[in-house]
Amino acid sequence: MADQLMLEIVTPEKLAFSDVVEEVTLSGSEGEFGVLIGHAPLLSSIKFGELNYTKDSKKTYWFAGDGYAEITNLKATVLVESIEEAKSIIGEEAQKTRESVEAQLAGMDKDDPDYERVKKTLGRAEARLKVAEKV
Amino acid sequence: MGASLKDIKRQSIAVDKTRQITRAMNMVAASKLKAAQSKMENFRPYADKIMDVFDSLAGRVTSTTNPLLAVREPRRIRVIMMTSDRGLCGGFNANIIKEVEKFTKEKTAEGKEVSLIAVGKKGRDPFRKKVKIAGEHIDQLSRFDISLAAGIAGEAVPPFVAEEYDELYLCYNEFRSVASQKPRMIRLLPASSVGSDEGEPESTVDYIYEPSEEELLAHIIPLYLRVLIYRGLLETSAGEHGARMVAMDNARSSCEDMLQSLTRQFNRARQAAITAELMDIVGGTEALSAG
Repeated sequence: MADQLMLEIVTPEKLAFSDVVEEVTLSGSEGEFGVLIGHAPLLSSIKFGELNYTKDSKKTYWFAGDGYAEITNLKATVLVESIEEAKSIIGEEAQKTRESVEAQLAGMDKDDPDYERVKKTLGRAEARLKVAEKV
Repeated sequence: MGASLKDIKRQSIAVDKTRQITRAMNMVAASKLKAAQSKMENFRPYADKIMDVFDSLAGRVTSTTNPLLAVREPRRIRVIMMTSDRGLCGGFNANIIKEVEKFTKEKTAEGKEVSLIAVGKKGRDPFRKKVKIAGEHIDQLSRFDISLAAGIAGEAVPPFVAEEYDELYLCYNEFRSVASQKPRMIRLLPASSVGSDEGEPESTVDYIYEPSEEELLAHIIPLYLRVLIYRGLLETSAGEHGARMVAMDNARSSCEDMLQSLTRQFNRARQAAITAELMDIVGGTEALSAG
């Protein structure tokens, strides 16, 4: 296959993925966008959420944390805090995480300095659950 | 020939025990070093990339709207000092302490005020009475991930923005090899691309920035700080184990030298005792036969 681009996913712990793929879809801070080979050079921030790529016409889903993507015409480099393959997320566990965060948030005052942080955690837990359900 | 046979024996048993301990510590340090080193290597691609992105952005954005880029007259200086929590690792901590002491002295002489954020007990203790300790992170180096770096950065950044201090430095032991660590002092805030080591950013690609360059930069500076701090932590942790390994190896060979000389002493004392006894017996029999 000629029309493939190199995808690299890097986290602080390791090089999580490095292979050629046909297409990558990232959730940028300005919205979701897809990348094919020959994309214009782009530097975008990434919001936590779904990341998927197509290889051999098969889609694989991941859940990515916040970070950046650097795209050149042959290569996409994704720098994120964390990455999890959707397959490896256990639905029930993700559900439980979401519920416990939700309960924590419900018990908090809006003026609490931690409120925003917990709210963000909830958003993340919800997004993670959503990705887990895609498999 | 002061010591008796028993004393020498007791001493050599003690030295032998020390030798066993140093050997065990050496092996523990070696295995921890391996883990720390692989963690450090795994982090490198991420760190390098973040630095690249930061460099290319910082080079473009010239406006100083971002509070973390604000250059002020440096009157109050804060230093993040990274040492280990435990000793027995040779000059590892002493080098950092010396470096920070020198730095503090210089800056104080210029009429500047220096405060510290201490990571690791060994660095905090000698400064406790001399310098203001703005924050401390003790006993956390045995197990940590990037959230510790995020915590340190989160503690250091708001006072900078609030203009409670004007410059932030980081002092840590650079990991050069197992046997060599070198103290390194870098400026973290105000952030600038000059601070990073690899000179020219090789990519001159004209990127589309999404969101705008300034917004991206505002996102990436905290991340950049976290990366630098985390790298410091990783190198400190690897360096500590490396330094301990070397120190313990030296201690073990000293123990072996000591054991050897003690054994020699013991044998000599035993020989002397036997000779003295023989002399006694011979002297006794001669006296008897003469009588």
